[in-house]
Amino acid sequence: MVGSAMAAVLGHDIHFHDKKIALLEAGPRKEYNRVPECYSNRVSSISPGSATLLSSFGAWDHVCSLRLKPFRRMQVWDACSEAMIVFEKDDLDDMGYIVENDVIMSAVTKQLDAVADRVEVFYGSRAVGYTWPLPSHSCDTSPWVQIELADGRRLQTKLLIGADGHNSIVRKEAEIKNIEHRYDQSAVVATLHLSEATDNNVAWQRFLPTGPIALLPLSDTASSLVWSTSHEHASELLTMDEEGFVDSINSAFWSNVNHSDFIDTAGAMFRSAISLLKPSGTAVRQLPPSVAKVDPESRAMFPLGMGHATEYVQHRVALIGDAAHRVHPLAGQGVNLGFGDIACLAHHLSAAAFNGSDLGSLKHLLKFETERQRHNVSLIAAIDVLKRLYSTRLAPLVLLRTWGLQATNALPPVKEQIMAFASK
Amino acid sequence: MWGGSGAVRALTRAFGRRRAAAALLGAAGDDHADLSFQTGVRGTLQNYNWKIQLKSSSTLPVSLTEIKSSMLTMKRLFSTSHSSVDSKEMKKFQLLAHKWWDEEGEYSALHSMNDIRVPFIRDTLLNMSSNYHLGNPLSGVKILDIGCGGGLLSEPLGRLGASVTGIDPLEDNIRTADQHKSFDPVLAKRIQYKSSSLEEIVEESMETFDVIVASEVVEHVADLEMFIKCCSQVLKPEGSLFITTINKTQLSYILGIVVAEKIIGIVPEGTHEWEKFVPPEELERLLESHGFSVKTVNGMLYNPFSGSWSWMESTSINYAMHAVKSGAQGQTSPTDALSEMESEQPSATAGTTL
Repeated sequence: MVGSAMAAVLGHDIHFHDKKIALLEAGPRKEYNRVPECYSNRVSSISPGSATLLSSFGAWDHVCSLRLKPFRRMQVWDACSEAMIVFEKDDLDDMGYIVENDVIMSAVTKQLDAVADRVEVFYGSRAVGYTWPLPSHSCDTSPWVQIELADGRRLQTKLLIGADGHNSIVRKEAEIKNIEHRYDQSAVVATLHLSEATDNNVAWQRFLPTGPIALLPLSDTASSLVWSTSHEHASELLTMDEEGFVDSINSAFWSNVNHSDFIDTAGAMFRSAISLLKPSGTAVRQLPPSVAKVDPESRAMFPLGMGHATEYVQHRVALIGDAAHRVHPLAGQGVNLGFGDIACLAHHLSAAAFNGSDLGSLKHLLKFETERQRHNVSLIAAIDVLKRLYSTRLAPLVLLRTWGLQATNALPPVKEQIMAFASK
Repeated sequence: MWGGSGAVRALTRAFGRRRAAAALLGAAGDDHADLSFQTGVRGTLQNYNWKIQLKSSSTLPVSLTEIKSSMLTMKRLFSTSHSSVDSKEMKKFQLLAHKWWDEEGEYSALHSMNDIRVPFIRDTLLNMSSNYHLGNPLSGVKILDIGCGGGLLSEPLGRLGASVTGIDPLEDNIRTADQHKSFDPVLAKRIQYKSSSLEEIVEESMETFDVIVASEVVEHVADLEMFIKCCSQVLKPEGSLFITTINKTQLSYILGIVVAEKIIGIVPEGTHEWEKFVPPEELERLLESHGFSVKTVNGMLYNPFSGSWSWMESTSINYAMHAVKSGAQGQTSPTDALSEMESEQPSATAGTTL
């Protein structure tokens, strides 16, 4: 998805008018003019920043005409206490959009077709070998990156952009170090139907000691589930019957079994202290909708991990998206980080092209790396800390996070900062 | 858990490597007023001598054709016995010919100068033209890159669509440049390199080029006046000449030679001789007297800590100049040159009041 969007952005850039772009796509061509009735279980939370990027080359219009669900509010709360935080837009702006990955792919594919004279897509292709150029130019070897495809074709390029996911072959072949960690969690995804129709414009997330469970709106009656939990529990969830699965979800959102009197009292005291300082009060707690049924065949699971490449670029190579960084889905930031990489890299490449520079030169690639690492590392670290902080039942930590969340919730400027950062 | 900021730093390449203090920038800005005062005085003295020479030659009543033919004989004379190419300079550069394309090496400052000189050339030409395509902004423009070296500037201009002829008297440079562009099918078509001096191509290239670029060249040239005369000959009427070079001030001596070559070594030692540096006033006067009108003079500043160039008001160290060759007539009309000289006088003395 990120690689296709990168190619489409460059293909639509005026300064890339006479450049040749090749997109190596392992999968088949995916495009539909009318969306299927069933929702796909793979969805992304698209930030306003990502939506702007998709609009910049015309794909967002296709997304809107296919299927998307905006949300205006995000409520996050703790299973071990009453603490919660609400993010809300004062104006009528959308906080973000829940979009099926297939819809995004279809929209991007349409826009790739529009620049077919500049972007050649090799569907179902696989690279089997990379030959890297020497960093400084020597006389008799090619100064480009050479790529050998499984079908025997050979390509050469001034710049190779690796957008091949968290197991990136480009990253391995380029010998770029990756700091990675496998979480003791898997994510279970499914398409759910609600008991009754609502506005359904809130993204819900509750932190259970086993991991966060999120309910993301797809329509007035349907939502998408992302439940991060232990590997064993995830397998159980996948094999249990549909009724049991739905009950597990509802009790995960509603049960107070993890509460303790001590934490509840401490939390209540802190809350009354805040209401003394801030009589106008903080946002009210809303109750999540209850789930009635799960789409058959929509349940799936995959393991979770975090990773970060120590370098995003080398001479004639750049990594974007999950190839450069992998995060826990709890903040819904994975694909937005990737789209942020695209916007930044495209900006620097466009300037380089307009200056007649060599596109693969480290000079502007380093600017991309510095800019993105500054943004990504802080977000990745914050997500990792959150994941760990909420994975415990230890009273002192629970108390700390309860107070922390309550305090943050009472401080609109802090919340605005968080929202601004996350909506890039 | 990889706590602490140390771990975060370890995750990434050092952010700060491209950050640098702008201390030098500030210092240069403050110092330049005093220093250029002295330059001004020296500048006018030189101008004075030079003006006398010009007057004596330009008062001769010669017709345009006569001038042309006499210039041709002069050129032939020069190309054998006397040339704008300085043989001592050539030896210097021969040793470094293979280093051109190392972006972090000896010529890194020239690589990064592309960040401002290419936009300068591009935007000036875009402003002068009425119909262009942003994706191919220099399409159809014929450029002569004099002293092209390894092709550092020819290649970006070629990528922007121009058809570029790069000449350099040093054969090793041309070999490096040819080799480098040969891997790129687009550039291979758009650029041709030639091991030759400017004088040697004048005859075959009369009024051939839309644009001439002489970047970091005139400070190495033996006979600047002849160099400019030849530029004028190969340029089409109303064609543009772009020059970047280094000023002849105390500041440029300190920064360009003492600091750049001897202390921090960003430029190979012996690259420059201060005596051959050219003050912008002198260059401007030379250009005007050969039928050019100078449109822009911009100061340039190199920050060795960040390795980047920026524009500045003061031309006391490096500067870039854009001049346009006047239309079909009046190129070397002596009376014109004289009257231009006289009208120029106030600005010549203006230098001293700076």
